[in-house]
Amino acid sequence: MEIKSRDFKKNASDALADATLQKALKNVEAGFIGKRQASVDALPEFEDLRDLGRDIKTHALKHLDVYLEDYEKKVTASGGHVHWAETAQDACEIVRDICHSVGARTMTKGKSMISEEMQLNAFLEADGMEVTETDLGEYIIQLRGEHPSHIIAPAVHVTKDQVEADFRRAHTNLDPNRNLDDPVTLLGEAREVLREKYFAADVGITGANFLVAESGSSVIVTNEGNGDLTQTLSRVHIVLASIEKVIPTLNDLDVFLRLLARSATGQEQSVYTTLSTGPRRTEDPDGPEEYHVVLLDNGRSEMLGTDFEEMLRCIRCGACINHCPVYHAVGGHAYGWVYPGPMGSVLTPSLVGVDKAGHLPNASTLCGRCESVCPMRIPLPKMLRHWREREYERHLNPTPQRWGLKGWAYFARRPKLYHRTMRIGMRVMKYLAPQTALMRRLPAAGGWTKHREFPAPEGKTFQQMWAEREAERGQTKGDAA
Amino acid sequence: MSERHDNSAAKSAILGKIRRSLASVSEGADPNRNEARQEVQERLASRPKGIVPKRAQVGHYEKVAMFMDYAERVSSTTARIGSYDDLPGAITQYLREHNLPQAIVMGEDPRLKAVNWRTEPQLERTIGPSDGTDLVGVNHAMGGVAETGTAVLASGPDNPTTINFLPENHIIVLDANDIAGDYESIHDQLRDMSGVAHMPRALNMITGPSRSGDIEQKIMLGAHGPRAVHVIVIG
Repeated sequence: MEIKSRDFKKNASDALADATLQKALKNVEAGFIGKRQASVDALPEFEDLRDLGRDIKTHALKHLDVYLEDYEKKVTASGGHVHWAETAQDACEIVRDICHSVGARTMTKGKSMISEEMQLNAFLEADGMEVTETDLGEYIIQLRGEHPSHIIAPAVHVTKDQVEADFRRAHTNLDPNRNLDDPVTLLGEAREVLREKYFAADVGITGANFLVAESGSSVIVTNEGNGDLTQTLSRVHIVLASIEKVIPTLNDLDVFLRLLARSATGQEQSVYTTLSTGPRRTEDPDGPEEYHVVLLDNGRSEMLGTDFEEMLRCIRCGACINHCPVYHAVGGHAYGWVYPGPMGSVLTPSLVGVDKAGHLPNASTLCGRCESVCPMRIPLPKMLRHWREREYERHLNPTPQRWGLKGWAYFARRPKLYHRTMRIGMRVMKYLAPQTALMRRLPAAGGWTKHREFPAPEGKTFQQMWAEREAERGQTKGDAA
Repeated sequence: MSERHDNSAAKSAILGKIRRSLASVSEGADPNRNEARQEVQERLASRPKGIVPKRAQVGHYEKVAMFMDYAERVSSTTARIGSYDDLPGAITQYLREHNLPQAIVMGEDPRLKAVNWRTEPQLERTIGPSDGTDLVGVNHAMGGVAETGTAVLASGPDNPTTINFLPENHIIVLDANDIAGDYESIHDQLRDMSGVAHMPRALNMITGPSRSGDIEQKIMLGAHGPRAVHVIVIG
């Protein structure tokens, strides 16, 4: 999808003024945070599992080349094909060529974030293919001509009333006077419409949550069952996976299965965890005749050995997004590319360049909630700071900001001067706000005071007050003795 | 397969980039990756088990009870019967209680084949995969996982995958002796004596009926797969 991360500031302002979006975003906090906590509390081993999951992924990444080769051998032995794609464009062409080789015209798709990275739907549609998204959320946004605003809840920005309007517009063969008040009727309608698509599809595409080197299996973890119908009923199953998805063994998979659903939706386990290994066997009465895996690099191999290697541990649970106050305020589309929230703010500059995505690492308060819930213990705030450093080094941020930082650095390196200046500053600010405890205007901080008042300093710096408090405590102690 | 895409060149390019990136952080890295290969082979052979939750490490009786408890928590229904002889009656009873026709689709699983179905002559059985018109499908699970109430089903003629997903009502038959505490035990059953995993084409780990939260994050049952899952535990 086209990269619009440069417009983050404008996108964010628009999002804050969008009442429908704000209503929909309320569901993020309500729908995810409490449920995650409850499921985590119910498993005493959860924190230890996080450590173990981190260590397994770290090991897999350090041996990524070897695991990928072993994985490929197993897939080939089970009758499947592995295709290697350096870029998103290559991956699109590989999928198109597979489709051509079997004369495919129609395709169903389970949820896949890297297909968004590849802009696969647009590519295939331009080639004359009919592509249908089958995950309910993905189907809704496909009807709306939008992109996912969340990696596990793609239509979280859409309200029920909007879905109803979209269905009435798209499903013109149904009775226009039908009652769609209950969301369950919307679900039922999508179920009926998509059932026909599964049976008609020549090719079914799914993503992969994991690739298991031990067995050559691709694994999808879902709740709806659309991914399974997509891959079972099509003649050809194509798995899209990025290279960092490979893990060593089935026992390792079990570690991740205990972390993923709890971190994502707060379920103890997702409804369907499916391990697929090769195409239909001779004796099988169902399943796809061909099984292909497209392994996409698209910049990931170059993240290894850098400050951003740890990002490749990400298992795409969405917990960091669900807990991010910035995401709660502006939603996913403001981030301007495929991956929103904290994980997106780290990953997007890695994959598309910090010159195109420099606003994203700055769209964070560095509050640390993301890291505190990440099942892979990815130090997201640290990596956001790394991106800010890169941005500064490459002179990508605006001149006033650079001057401001330089000015601050000058004082910060001279503690005595810093304290003296701060003391004067505090007195001045107190003088500027003599009557109330809040300031309506503040020079050079219009962005703050335009929306809220600034708490006025009380005339002393923190250091001064701390010193006074310590002195007082010393006094009291002395008295008691 | 493709004229435009040279697969082995792309593979070499990607693996080369990975090796260069990894070598940039390790001194005197071996381009043949012999040490890395050995470490990987050792890890694949030893397959260390991770952390198995304490709650999964209990006796047989508790495992069966836990399996049924967790299955019900995720909106499955459960029943427990003494032997395979009681299975036809348990199925017809479920169908009656849910106003469903006395008709099922099922595979060729020998344990289900051996059942004396004549005790319920009104029950119509179709053998084979589902074509999407069946209201009720019956499959035999290869095992159950107590820690989350998960049933594990292997694809093949015995238990076709389509039966897991197409009929609105899915009845899963499970032998109580096949209920394990944890996922690892089930995966162990797929390995032969020398430790090699023999995977069915599809291994479906199923935890409750299909659901979606994609409209305003409110969970609704019956998305694309079954609206109802009923697990009959035998023994």
